[in-house]
Amino acid sequence: MTAPLPMLDLKGVRKSFGAIEALKGIDLSVARQELVFIIGPSGSGKSTLLRCCNRLEEPTAGQVLFDGVDILSPGIDINETRRHIGMVFQSFNLYPHLTALGNVTLALRRVLKLPRDDANERGRAALDEVGLAERAHAWPNELSGGQQQRVAIARALALEPKVMLFDEPTSALDPELVGSVLDVMRAMRESGMTMLVVSHEMGFAREAADRVLFMDEGEVVEEGAPARIFEAPAHARTREFLRRVTGH
Amino acid sequence: MEALIYNFFNLEILLKVHPLLLKGFWMTLQLCLLVVPLGIAGGLVVAVAYSFHVRWLNWLLIAYVDFFRSFPPLVLLILVFYGLPFIGLEVPSLIAVLIAFLLNTASYYGEIFRAGIESIGRGQREAARSTGLTGLQTMVYVVLPQAVRNVLPDLISNTLEVIKFTALASVVALPELLRMGRVAQGLTYNPTPLIAVALIYLALLWPIVRLLSRLERRTMAKR
Amino acid sequence: MNRIAENFFDLAVMAKYLPSIIDGVWVTIHLAVLIVLSGLALGFVLAVVRAFQIRPVNWLIVLVVDVFRALPPIVIMIVFYFALPFVGISMSGFVVAWLSLTLVLASFAEEIFWTGILSVDRGQWEAARSTGLGFLQTLRDVVLPQAVRLTIPPLTNRTIVITKSTAIASVVAVQEILTQASAAQAFSANTTPLTMAAIAYLIIFFPLVVLSRWVESRFGWKR
Ligand SMILES: Nc1ncnc2c1ncn2[C@@H]1O[C@H](COP(=O)(O)OP(=O)(O)O)[C@@H](O)[C@H]1O
Ligand SMILES: [Mg+2]
Repeated sequence: MTAPLPMLDLKGVRKSFGAIEALKGIDLSVARQELVFIIGPSGSGKSTLLRCCNRLEEPTAGQVLFDGVDILSPGIDINETRRHIGMVFQSFNLYPHLTALGNVTLALRRVLKLPRDDANERGRAALDEVGLAERAHAWPNELSGGQQQRVAIARALALEPKVMLFDEPTSALDPELVGSVLDVMRAMRESGMTMLVVSHEMGFAREAADRVLFMDEGEVVEEGAPARIFEAPAHARTREFLRRVTGH
Repeated sequence: MEALIYNFFNLEILLKVHPLLLKGFWMTLQLCLLVVPLGIAGGLVVAVAYSFHVRWLNWLLIAYVDFFRSFPPLVLLILVFYGLPFIGLEVPSLIAVLIAFLLNTASYYGEIFRAGIESIGRGQREAARSTGLTGLQTMVYVVLPQAVRNVLPDLISNTLEVIKFTALASVVALPELLRMGRVAQGLTYNPTPLIAVALIYLALLWPIVRLLSRLERRTMAKR
Repeated sequence: MNRIAENFFDLAVMAKYLPSIIDGVWVTIHLAVLIVLSGLALGFVLAVVRAFQIRPVNWLIVLVVDVFRALPPIVIMIVFYFALPFVGISMSGFVVAWLSLTLVLASFAEEIFWTGILSVDRGQWEAARSTGLGFLQTLRDVVLPQAVRLTIPPLTNRTIVITKSTAIASVVAVQEILTQASAAQAFSANTTPLTMAAIAYLIIFFPLVVLSRWVESRFGWKR
């Protein structure tokens, strides 16, 4: 029997911005229902890596296979592909001119072409999943940061993605609001979502991640089970980074 | 005092010429209803084309915008109006007027929409694209609604200017409000029709001026 | 193509009428400079007077400013030139053009300065007054320097728009560029003089439009 097809499979992905090499050949395979956690110092290329997975950045070289399909090939309908790849941003990026429900249903109506009623029904269900069903008609600026981020998660979830990309989803939040977002992520994990998470929430990584990757200067320096990476990092750079973020 | 009333607020004269003024008023209204939407559509085309950030295209668009912002609208109007027949294009005068105004107003509206689109952060576009919206859908459903809101005072202010521009069409004898006012004055040897024209413009545009003062105060305070 | 060359770029016609177009250029520049100086000064004074918040005075200022922002400049000039003489007020075309556009620019400038003054945080007034500065000192040394920066981009744009309207002075027989060009066009039965007028305006205003773009990026607030 062959090994099951990975959900995401990156092969030798490189990305340069002019003279800056943000990614220097990344190989990364994310299995179905796996939660891969990425840590690393600022500027190490974590965001660029995530953004290459749905082609918000075009890789300079390499392959990105999503569910076995090369999303960099010219024939691909990238908009169709993107709706299967959810993304959550550090700064939420909710549409300020739309309500919570409007944010969630926009792609349902314009990409999936669902009629308004169906879209609303599905949108409400997604908001319910993140515990915000009763705030469906609130405007983004009436919501707390944690609530905004949960709406952003619902916006991605409503499209029933096969994989979710999180780029520092809690970094812009006040500490007391972080928990509500992590709770939602934990629930998604339990329901079997494949997740690729960039974050500094080491506690969450220990508890929920299958695998932790440490990135520095555009490369994956080391990877392994959370306990192994946190307790016995093999590289000096990893040790140095962990010492700085955990503060001992 | 009596001279003032006789010359400026002469009801008898007004009664006599009011059909002329009414006719002019309708022409002005028609002109506005054509020029404003045309200008907005032209401006949107300019701004959306600019948002693709194709370098040579952007140079071209900026050149277009600045070129037409450098001409007084009246000069453009006269050039188009008297120039078109010389290159063998005999068009009705209304069309000539519309062409001249479109060239001018589209460049102003375009500049405003462009500023609006550029005021929307990259994150909005990326969020929309990440859910599978196409570039055009992102522009229409995510970027433009916010952009328009951000530059609403400028849009209204420009629309006010465009409406005022329509009075320039009187110079090429288009029978709009000001033109008819002058015709009426010529017929009656009394300037009451001119005063009436001014009062009509005032009644029409003063509410917009008030609204603008409020809006501008609000947006400037936000910066 | 030949037709365009003959009717829009006839070199003989150009040579013949160049001197009169240049005369027109000087009149336009003369008029424009006077309008900018008096309009901005008057607008500034009105805004400062308004800061004193004397009710009846403020109402009067708002009324005048609103009227001159609402009326099309061409309507103002025509009323001044063709209606006012009936009540004994006669002015030359040049004075009418200068006065009309000065009032228009002053009105827009007053509104812009005033919005700028309002946009300065109340705390600035309170801090300055708490250190013993008087009303005028606070206005001059604390509030205006902050307000003026905000007002530079809109003032620049508005000033350019209004100086371009000097072309409307052709309607009241001022011998500026457009008047000279129209006369030459009538004499020569050729559109070339209008092309020359357009080029003259381009030479005068294109640099200003480019300047305003620079001002916008230099002083404009990110929205
Ligand atoms: N759009 C861009 N243009 C130029 N350089 C960029 C761009 N995006 C990222 N970079 C550069 O690529 C490198 C990696 O950035 P990023 O992926 O954002 O790192 P991280 O998310 O780990 O902080 C940095 O040096 C950054 O300056
Ligand atoms: Mg990042």
